[in-house]
Amino acid sequence: MSAPSKKTLAKPGVKNIVLVDGVRTPFLQSGTTYADLMPHDLARAALQGLLNRTGLPKDAVDYIVYGTVIQEVKTSNVAREAALGAGFSDKTPAHTVTMACISSNQAMTTAVGLIAAGQCDAVVAGGVEFMSDVPIRHSRKMRKTMLSLNKAKTLGARLSLLGSIRLAHLSPELPAVAEFSTAETMGHSADRLAAAFGVSRLEQDEFALRSHTLAKKAQDGGMLSDVISFKVPGRDIVSKDNGIRPATMEQLAKLKPAFIKPHGTVTAANSSFLTDGASAVLIMSEEKALAMGYKPKAYLRDFVYVSQDPKDQLLLGPTYATPKVLEKSGLTLNDIDVFEFHEAFAGQIMANLKAMESDWFAQTYMGRKTKVGAPPMEKFNTWGGSLSLGHPFAATGCRLVTTVAHRLQKEGGQYGLVAACAAGGQGHAMVIEAYPQ
Amino acid sequence: MASVRLLLTRRCCTALKTTTGHGQRSLSVSSAVLALLCLSLSAARTHVSYEVKDNVAVVRINDPTSKVNTLSRHMQAEMVEVMNEIWGNAAVKSAVLISRKPGCFIAGADINMIQACKTAEEVTSLSQEGQKIFDQVEKSPIPIVAAINGSCLGGGLEFAIACQYRIATKSKKTILGTPEVMLGLLPGAGGTQRLPKMVGLPAAFDMMLTGKNIRPDKAKKMGLVHQLVDPLGPGLKSPEERTIEYLEEVAVDFAKGLAGRKVTVEKKKGLVQKIQDFVMGLPPVRKQIYKTVHSKVMKQSKGLYPAPLKIIECIQTGIEKGNAAGYLTESQNFGKLAMTSESRALIGLYHGQVTCKKNHFGKPERDVKKLAVLGAGLMGAGIAQVTIDKGVATILKDTTEEGLARGHQQVYKGLNDKTKKKSLTTFERDGIMSLLSGQLDYRDFENADMVIEAVFEDLSIKHKVVKEVEAVIPPHCIFATNTSALPIKDIAAASKRPEKVIGMHYFSPVDKMQLLEIITTNKTSKDTTASAVAVGLKQGKVIIVVGDGPGFYTTRCLAPMLAEAVRALQEGVGPKKLDSLTTGFGFPVGAATLADEVGIDVAAHVAEDLGKAFGTRFGGGNVEVLKMMVQKGFKGRKSGKGCYVYGAKSKEKKVNSGAEDILKSFKLTAPPAVSADEDIQYRLVSRFVNEAVLCLQEGILPDPVQGDIGAVFGLGFPPCLGGPFRFVDSHGADKLVQKMKRFEEAYGNQFTPCQLLLDHAKDSSKRFHK
Repeated sequence: MSAPSKKTLAKPGVKNIVLVDGVRTPFLQSGTTYADLMPHDLARAALQGLLNRTGLPKDAVDYIVYGTVIQEVKTSNVAREAALGAGFSDKTPAHTVTMACISSNQAMTTAVGLIAAGQCDAVVAGGVEFMSDVPIRHSRKMRKTMLSLNKAKTLGARLSLLGSIRLAHLSPELPAVAEFSTAETMGHSADRLAAAFGVSRLEQDEFALRSHTLAKKAQDGGMLSDVISFKVPGRDIVSKDNGIRPATMEQLAKLKPAFIKPHGTVTAANSSFLTDGASAVLIMSEEKALAMGYKPKAYLRDFVYVSQDPKDQLLLGPTYATPKVLEKSGLTLNDIDVFEFHEAFAGQIMANLKAMESDWFAQTYMGRKTKVGAPPMEKFNTWGGSLSLGHPFAATGCRLVTTVAHRLQKEGGQYGLVAACAAGGQGHAMVIEAYPQ
Repeated sequence: MASVRLLLTRRCCTALKTTTGHGQRSLSVSSAVLALLCLSLSAARTHVSYEVKDNVAVVRINDPTSKVNTLSRHMQAEMVEVMNEIWGNAAVKSAVLISRKPGCFIAGADINMIQACKTAEEVTSLSQEGQKIFDQVEKSPIPIVAAINGSCLGGGLEFAIACQYRIATKSKKTILGTPEVMLGLLPGAGGTQRLPKMVGLPAAFDMMLTGKNIRPDKAKKMGLVHQLVDPLGPGLKSPEERTIEYLEEVAVDFAKGLAGRKVTVEKKKGLVQKIQDFVMGLPPVRKQIYKTVHSKVMKQSKGLYPAPLKIIECIQTGIEKGNAAGYLTESQNFGKLAMTSESRALIGLYHGQVTCKKNHFGKPERDVKKLAVLGAGLMGAGIAQVTIDKGVATILKDTTEEGLARGHQQVYKGLNDKTKKKSLTTFERDGIMSLLSGQLDYRDFENADMVIEAVFEDLSIKHKVVKEVEAVIPPHCIFATNTSALPIKDIAAASKRPEKVIGMHYFSPVDKMQLLEIITTNKTSKDTTASAVAVGLKQGKVIIVVGDGPGFYTTRCLAPMLAEAVRALQEGVGPKKLDSLTTGFGFPVGAATLADEVGIDVAAHVAEDLGKAFGTRFGGGNVEVLKMMVQKGFKGRKSGKGCYVYGAKSKEKKVNSGAEDILKSFKLTAPPAVSADEDIQYRLVSRFVNEAVLCLQEGILPDPVQGDIGAVFGLGFPPCLGGPFRFVDSHGADKLVQKMKRFEEAYGNQFTPCQLLLDHAKDSSKRFHK
């Protein structure tokens, strides 16, 4: 595909940091086979899978960083709980990061930072999301009453507190995939974004179908080698993603809008679905990897984080991050052989592609002279994406990076680009360079 | 100063309806009418255009001569022409009505058109023409979808509710309403007949009697609109442009759906709705509602405003006697109302308000990007609040931590109350609060573009503050003083650069009261004035700019009236009686309550200062009464006691017996010749009015318009009278002078009419307003 004569992105005085390998559990629709687990169970499975895959001595890891979005309160530092259970040395510290859908990207770049700063040589990064069980809380009033109950000393005080409980106290607080700052659900925002860029329902359905079709092809063709088999306690062995379901355009067209009713365009079928899953990658300094006898898969090069208006530009992270990271690397869009973008919604992807293709948008909102251009579709998410493979929020980032590495190897390209949007109006992009084969 | 709520405080756009309409349905427009239209329209249409997309006629309105669309004669004529073309085109199966202006659907009609009418009959026929057009729209053979983005008020709303379907954007600019009542009129193009059927009797009364703006979410709940469309953010076009386009796309889809009978207009009624409909179907229930609404209106308006009563009559007639009678009553009442002095007064205030929302001093050399407020009291914190919520960084400085904390809390509460009303999100609140820097020192004052001091009303303290501040602020920084009575030139005497000193007199509570009185000295530079006006406008204020002098304009008018109020109290008129006399005249707040709201201490202060400056003309009540009250701690609402006792949440305000005792000890005998109820009312009002006219005579006031606006918006002068100057015009200067002469005989020079008033009394052709 690409000419091997392309320059390397190695910079003098900067450590080369490599992706040794990456794995993930199968991504399953929430409420299916993983339903009875806890988040750290899934994370543990990914970590154990990584150990198996790499044959890494358990005490060779200096540090573990893990991402998660919806927090299970019992395991708020899920990194540590999972690491202990996976048999890592109890001398290996672990911390958890959160940055919405780019949490594991943050875990990976944290690892890169630790290595670049010379503090670590081998770091495991990853992310887990478990949507089959989410914390549903008592109402604030009820919590207040219950906490006061703890402090009540006399029976009378306790009884009077209990007596103060009203029906309204009992209504629970349900979590929603909504922005705290605007109270708008993400699907609603995606629908508005699609409308702002004039993305039609048809375009969205076509893109969704493309994602499912390509994912199915990749799954059948054995491309998704990052997926490990996982014996779910009390259940069967799971070894495949279960959300891939290519349909016909007619079937897709039948669905009613899910968020903006009745005239919206975002439906259940052209949105990513609630997913359970975990991923993990092993990141090392090149020297250390080579010293341990590994053949790295890719270099992790420049990366950026961006943020913008969480209301009207919530999901435009890739548009902002892509030109910025390319500039940092001294590359143009044409230099990139492999694109892996996080597909939150088909409408969001199409809107980003249109924004990247627009000089007016670049000039008016990004302060750039010209557009960066949209990635060519033949290089874009060719093994499926979040729409079809699933999107366990904090696990997706590692999937994207590992997929880029695998695709570069398979297709013989040199540079790959990962980009993703995240709640809060944030975004991320990273340039990945193939490791010479 | 006064915490006065006005009837006419809401910003209202051009809010009338009008019409010229000819036209029967479909093709049957008579040739005479067509000829007339051809004459009146020069070739190409400029206000209304349409295109047919997929059997849907998209009708776009845009008045190229104005920022807002109004139902002018021109607009109406083009609209009739276009509608007839559409109805005559068999290929058109449905239509969409949309505005091309980003912030405005149709804001009403041109008020001038109604004002130009000489008789009630003329206005009635305007109304009937409008009714006829909207009747055609209502009975349209094809469905018409009104796609609403921006203000949809008055005649605009009446147009929309005549359409078969309504879609509105959830934009902050989208408001629906019938504000005619605020101009002393009523919705005269079918509004009083259609609204009750659409939203139910109680909601229709509420809309038309208060004139309140209805936000899109509420409108959907009420059944006023069928669908809502979210405003869009940045895309391949500007958000405003794309949002209108999107609204049109959605509306076209619905229009097709309606034409193809895939979308139905009728909403399934819930149980509550069914019960309500049943109950409203019972004549005795309706009768009770009319009665309740009537008595509520009488209680609130004291019968001084004819429009609400006429609105009730129209609604009642339409429901009880049928459409024909209802529409007839509506058009006749509309004609009658247009000829009332109340409507003229309210429309005059509307025009005045528009004038006072402009900067007549040009663009200031620099924008004020950082404002500093000295003193975190009620006023200081209020000023800070209305500044930060417009996005301007503000320093709030006080001398004590307690004072600062109180002020900070006041700002927070002011904003937080808005989040409870959902006009602000908690995040917007937090973002706004981040612009406020509360501090005890002069840090960062070197970056301030304007300082507004709101410290204690004492000249020596003000002088100290001027010097302290001038030592730290940059040379371009303006020093504004928020005083209610101290002459600005006296404060400026301590300044090294008097051209940068100006008075900015805010009214309490600052976030509610619309008026800002700006006071210039003969040394204040024009740029300083321009800058102060620009800041005031940004803060959302209605602004009058007046000359310097003790009490400027507003305080100077209020002081003699309060002095007269104190005299009435001394003469044995109780606070409650005094309040009912003043509210009965049209003041939104009674004189005794007003004194409590202003603060008895402030009133005492002002009375003494102005008494010294103006002598016996400002006499009347004994200042010692006020001083004694202050001594006893009866400082008004803020101290819990004044003329009344505050605190307990009882509905009935109790008269403060301590204050009554003081009044007894200062008892005066009321001269029977001038102590009838009406006499007391005119004693109070004539002193106010005479002082206002004197301010004009002396050049403190630049013109009567600003005098009327200042009196109504700052002091609560009865809006139905339109302000002191319009009152003199409508009441007759000669009659007023006669009354004053009678009072003069009893009390002396406090009632001596000023020369300008005498001039007007002598020559009835002299008027303050044309």
